[in-house]
Amino acid sequence: MTTRRKVLQGLTLAAPTLLLGCDRLSQSPSFRDLLKTGDWLSYRVQRLIGSDALAREFAPSEMSPVFRTNGNTMPGSADYQRLLTTQFADWRLQVTGLVEAPAALSLADLRAMPTRTQITRHDCVEGWSAIGKWTGTPLGAVLEQARLKPAARYIVFHCADDFYGTPYYESIDLADALHPQTILAYGMNDAPLPTGHGAPIRVRIERQLGYKSAKFIMGVEAVSDLSGFGKGEGGFWEDVAFYDWYAGI
Amino acid sequence: MPSETQAAGPAPKGGDLIRRHRLSTRIWHWLNAVTLLVMLMSGLMIFNAHPRLYWGQYGANNDPGWLEIGSTNGGRGVLLIGSRSFDTTGVLGLSTGANGQPVEVAFPGWATVPSTYDLALARRRHLTFAWLLSASIVAYLLWSLVNGHLRRDLAPKGRELRPGHIFHEIAQHARLRLPKGEAARHYNTLQKFSYLAVILVLIPLMVLTGLTMSPQMDAAWPWLLDVFGGRQSARSIHFITAWLLVGFVIVHLLMVLLAGPLNEIRSMITGWFRLPKERAR
Repeated sequence: MTTRRKVLQGLTLAAPTLLLGCDRLSQSPSFRDLLKTGDWLSYRVQRLIGSDALAREFAPSEMSPVFRTNGNTMPGSADYQRLLTTQFADWRLQVTGLVEAPAALSLADLRAMPTRTQITRHDCVEGWSAIGKWTGTPLGAVLEQARLKPAARYIVFHCADDFYGTPYYESIDLADALHPQTILAYGMNDAPLPTGHGAPIRVRIERQLGYKSAKFIMGVEAVSDLSGFGKGEGGFWEDVAFYDWYAGI
Repeated sequence: MPSETQAAGPAPKGGDLIRRHRLSTRIWHWLNAVTLLVMLMSGLMIFNAHPRLYWGQYGANNDPGWLEIGSTNGGRGVLLIGSRSFDTTGVLGLSTGANGQPVEVAFPGWATVPSTYDLALARRRHLTFAWLLSASIVAYLLWSLVNGHLRRDLAPKGRELRPGHIFHEIAQHARLRLPKGEAARHYNTLQKFSYLAVILVLIPLMVLTGLTMSPQMDAAWPWLLDVFGGRQSARSIHFITAWLLVGFVIVHLLMVLLAGPLNEIRSMITGWFRLPKERAR
């Protein structure tokens, strides 16, 4: 019995130490690098087994009755307010970076381009899912028109919203950028994209978690690497809270 | 285990030292002990980000959930399962934080890594260790097929499946009369059932329902959504299966304590196990 009691005592003493150790470990840069290997491995393997695969599309009857908003629902800047009051008449999507033909596209320009409508599932990193209908221009069509330079490897989305003054931005690789379901959505559930969901356009990255599907998009920029944006991790949440850049899992 | 002791000579008896666990079993066991603990505690933190569960393809705050952990305005922690409500103040929904102040959080800080809310770090841990868990279960299952561990040590023999035998074992276990001597050389039927359930059902189910929560995997392997009935159903099954594994570990640790913890732990470290002496008649 004494040994058993000692073992139990040892366990109860060890548990909090273990917990403290885990929390402290989280702060160590080398341990954080180690934890990045999981995301890197998932990215490589998932690109290998399903780079071209399409996300499931659902029937209208399978849509969420209510599609909740998340993150910023109303950008605070005066510029955005002005755009909003004029129903984005002066809004132009700036297509810049490593492209042969930079462009500034109005909503009318985008609507005149190829259109795609899809009913897909939105998965938040927190765990919830909602199914909604999105209508927009394939990002691939926009990039084809602008003609990507060979050095381009990523597409960066510049957004109108910010958190405490730090602008939101996101980035994806070309496999997702040129994927047929990656659209610049100006419509949701058969209506113009509501402000809370990112008017005038948000991107839909259907095979990654919700924070990659940036809202309130002002510009798309083709780049060869991501180190020049924010803190260099490839997105707002990646920079400020150590979220995975690859959010396919 | 037994295969290595089938050499000629007198059958071992109580008190003899025998080779019990192969190296592959011992490595896999301890790897799992660490991995499953990290997976559980980081998983509970991930759950804390949205402490509601649903059935079906979608599910968010406005949709009916079948399980929810939260707190009331009156300062009580509650667990809701279906239409039933349980007061879980102090543990679930509302607990005391590290600074002594009450915190509104589904699972308390002592059960999660990190101990304070950090979804990003919990996901990093969970999804890195998930690779370890998946790789080791695949390797262990394949190796156990090759070296005969599954067939010789884990698959119940015909007579062990007879209801009479199983009832007898249950009765013996209930009286805490564990196998001694020669009988302790082999896993008993209840052990075989529970180990097989873990390696063939529970851990594979954890991996597959985990993959179903990955939007890219749902695109690459859409059958995952059909098998589990949707991403939110997969999330619910993932949660339930995690607790079944916790249940297994609790019973497993109790049995180790009852069967003689030092001898059992030594056998899982060195491979050598001293057969318990036969009961005096």
